[in-house]
Amino acid sequence: MLKELEYPFDASAILQRKKKLRRELLAQKTARLPKRIAILGGYTTSDIRQMLELFLLDQGIEPEFYESEYNQFYQEAMFPEEELLGFHPDIIYVCTCNRNVSRMPGLRDTPEQIEEMLRSEYERFCGMWDHLRETFHCPILQNNMEMPVYRLMGNRDAWDVHGAVHYLTRLNLLFAEYAGAHESFYLVDINYLSADYGLRQWSDPFYWHMYKYAVNVNAIPYLASSVSNIIKSLFGKNKKGLVLDLDNTLWGGVIGDDGVENIELGQETSVGQAYLEFQRYLKAQKDLGIVLNVNSKNDESNALAGLRHPSGVLRPEDFIVIRANWEPKDRNFEEIADALSLLPESLVFVDDNPAERHIVREQIPGVAAPEIGEVYQYIINLDRNGYFETTVFSGDDLERNEMYRSNAQRRMKEKQFPDYHAYLRSLEMKAEIRAFEPMVMARVAQLTNKSNQFNLTTRRYTKDEIEQLWQQPDRLTLYGRLSDCFGDNGVVSVVIGRLEGDTCHIDLWLMSCRVLKREMETAMMDVLFIKCRDRGIRRVLGYYYPTAKNGMVRDFYAHQGFTKIREDADGSTLWEYVIPERPEARQDVIHIETDQA
Amino acid sequence: MTRADIYRKLDEVFQDVFDDESIHVSDETTANDIEDWDSLEHINLMVAVENAFGIKFNMGQIGSLKNVGEMVDLIEKKVG
Repeated sequence: MLKELEYPFDASAILQRKKKLRRELLAQKTARLPKRIAILGGYTTSDIRQMLELFLLDQGIEPEFYESEYNQFYQEAMFPEEELLGFHPDIIYVCTCNRNVSRMPGLRDTPEQIEEMLRSEYERFCGMWDHLRETFHCPILQNNMEMPVYRLMGNRDAWDVHGAVHYLTRLNLLFAEYAGAHESFYLVDINYLSADYGLRQWSDPFYWHMYKYAVNVNAIPYLASSVSNIIKSLFGKNKKGLVLDLDNTLWGGVIGDDGVENIELGQETSVGQAYLEFQRYLKAQKDLGIVLNVNSKNDESNALAGLRHPSGVLRPEDFIVIRANWEPKDRNFEEIADALSLLPESLVFVDDNPAERHIVREQIPGVAAPEIGEVYQYIINLDRNGYFETTVFSGDDLERNEMYRSNAQRRMKEKQFPDYHAYLRSLEMKAEIRAFEPMVMARVAQLTNKSNQFNLTTRRYTKDEIEQLWQQPDRLTLYGRLSDCFGDNGVVSVVIGRLEGDTCHIDLWLMSCRVLKREMETAMMDVLFIKCRDRGIRRVLGYYYPTAKNGMVRDFYAHQGFTKIREDADGSTLWEYVIPERPEARQDVIHIETDQA
Repeated sequence: MTRADIYRKLDEVFQDVFDDESIHVSDETTANDIEDWDSLEHINLMVAVENAFGIKFNMGQIGSLKNVGEMVDLIEKKVG
């Protein structure tokens, strides 16, 4: 991640050096997801495109853009021409502003007329969104409205039906209702972003009259950063957890020197209150499914004593891995990632000490270690970086911490058994392995976009694509949910097969790393074979495409009894399996529940 | 700030905005002399110049600039 693009950033430096930054980003040889993004604008969008490109490149996405003609968002959405149709966007971003609202209430309008005006304005937008959804089947990002830059009636504008503030607020609520009722539709909260930046600056009319920008050019990096957060979240590039220092990060003072009774935490002092507020923020993150961990130079007993401070809200149980010792922090960091079966770059390092941030950033490429400032700024500096931008929120997210915890317990249990097989049997595992169904679509889409390691082809699908696939007769889809005596792991595996004659091509095979070495992959494969057989398929072809992250499954098909029939220079391999007349279960540790083929 | 100081700073801005370290501007430089200087890049350039000198141009002024020399005249007046 480029330091220049991390919040708090210098927007004017980004604008001035955008070409150089772009060059630097492209020179990094990181693997990026190519994505096509159509910007349909209600004002000039050229700098928005250029800034968005920088932030997306930094987040691991290589965008290709389509940009509508100036202020042609509506026409191009409703009557798309060949160029846009042929572009096949992965994302459509409708970048509009309150100047694109067709009519604003006048003082002579009756409340009924204003009601009608609002309804027809909303219907104009929602007709456009429906049309875009039907035509392009891809996620849509839509700006909501910034507040007006002046108020005809002053404060009365906020509550009088004739007031522009009141009118735009109601329109924003209607936009929000649409977002709540429709999948794959996301609001870019311009109303918040402009307030955060300062509305008078954001909407400085100079930029409109000079350049037809509805937003101050200097604010565009903030806008682009926020839009890029939504996009990277949709494509599974969110961070997954926090790795937190303790002394002067979660409380004031050094517990080893000052003693637990003297650290600052709680209502007694203003500094103590600020740390308490930060702890509350972290606790709320945990409910979003963000995994919390400790990486502290302390004796473990001191660390735990601090986490049991009577005025604190974080408890030792809120953390999955606690590393309190005198090892270098970068080493601890890597061990934490390893213990969680997560990639180091999916964790954010939070430490008040610039030297520790530096060593972690330098030693572990791709790790974010933001400049968090002083304790009262910690929350804002983490928040504005959008590490955990929530686009899809599934029930699994709420339970995720529980799952990581049960995993840790399972690792404990592992040690009490004579052999691994006996251990697996003791887990009393049950798997539900079925064709996709509406209930699991959100989770299936989420998994296909964020699984990198146990993923044979690393194909990404949006939720819309998943829903379309599921209904096609030549596709064989499977999801696997695994539970055991410690709890439900949720949906952990997804397979998509493409049927052609007597052959099933495995287009997608992935599994969450949290159920590694549980025979779940064999259970999935057994069900796949049976379902293939039922549909007259005799041969299964498996594809492995190597990436920087999926080395662990290089020999997956070999372990599953496939025969290698081709190997390309780039390491891609093709594997074949001929299904026997009566496929037999090849594992006896998971009880399988499945549906009819 | 002398005219020479302004030019030194202006060169930096131009070099950044057009990502070309060989650019050196003079009184006579116009958009025709720099390949990427189109109307959209002009917006960025003006914003970058404003930020670099901590000034704000008036609406009328931006449109009427004929060459870099006139821009420097304006900057000279604004920074005093």
